[in-house]
Amino acid sequence: MVIENFTPVSALIGGAFIGLAAVLLLALNGRIAGISGIAGGLLRPAPGDAGWRIAFIVGLVIGAGLYGLPAGVPIIIDASVPVLLIGGLLVGFGTRLGGGCTSGHGVCGIARLSKRSIVATLTFMAAAVITVFVMRHVVGG
Amino acid sequence: MIRQITALIAGILFGAGLAISQMVNPDKVLSFLDIAGRWDPSLALVMGGALAVTFVGYRLVLGRGQPVFADRFELPTARDLDSRLLAGAGIFGIGWGLVGFCPGPALASLAFARFDSVLFILAMLAGAALYIGADRYRLLPKTS
Repeated sequence: MVIENFTPVSALIGGAFIGLAAVLLLALNGRIAGISGIAGGLLRPAPGDAGWRIAFIVGLVIGAGLYGLPAGVPIIIDASVPVLLIGGLLVGFGTRLGGGCTSGHGVCGIARLSKRSIVATLTFMAAAVITVFVMRHVVGG
Repeated sequence: MIRQITALIAGILFGAGLAISQMVNPDKVLSFLDIAGRWDPSLALVMGGALAVTFVGYRLVLGRGQPVFADRFELPTARDLDSRLLAGAGIFGIGWGLVGFCPGPALASLAFARFDSVLFILAMLAGAALYIGADRYRLLPKTS
């Protein structure tokens, strides 16, 4: 196994920021910081329930820009337009069907030791690893 | 209003975390998922760092009984492993592996004004809308 571009310190610090954000959202607003759920709730919002969701997503963009733009964090998107569109459709559909994504299941759910979230995280991790293997080493190999 | 301000602050911290850890970069995410290639284990530490904080923080917070600016904690109530959970996670994983974007980093990457991000987000919203339609017309397996 060849390990490359490993950035353990920034990964841990960034992860701690994400965890802190999730703890704050639960402590103050009583909400789980699952991005697919927060964004998905905007497609059929309950009355008075859209504002905090929009605010969180706006914050997400501001926070990423505040650090990422001056620091010059690279954004490399290799996928072609058809793959981008298919990938986006699958992510949007799958996260709603499965009730969560990397943040909701992977960070918040596992912290609550939810059996559903642990199984969901193992499943989407495995599916993603297999997909990358097929795309990079079978199809693209 | 106060809940929108607190959500904004939480969102800013979350977005900063995604940028600091470079998880907004699909190439970095795919390098983590590519265990047969030149592997970059960073994402495991992002999850580890986040979980270390939520694991302790959630216990402290939930022990208080009530959130500061809301009446109660809104926690998921489902307990069973059903076909929706497994199929949904599998479908999500395939999409994640194709592009390297999951919902948080995809939305956060709007800060970098990339057309590719916008396309992905529009497709993601279409996928979520498709789910709502399929659910409404009972085309999906029942929840347990």
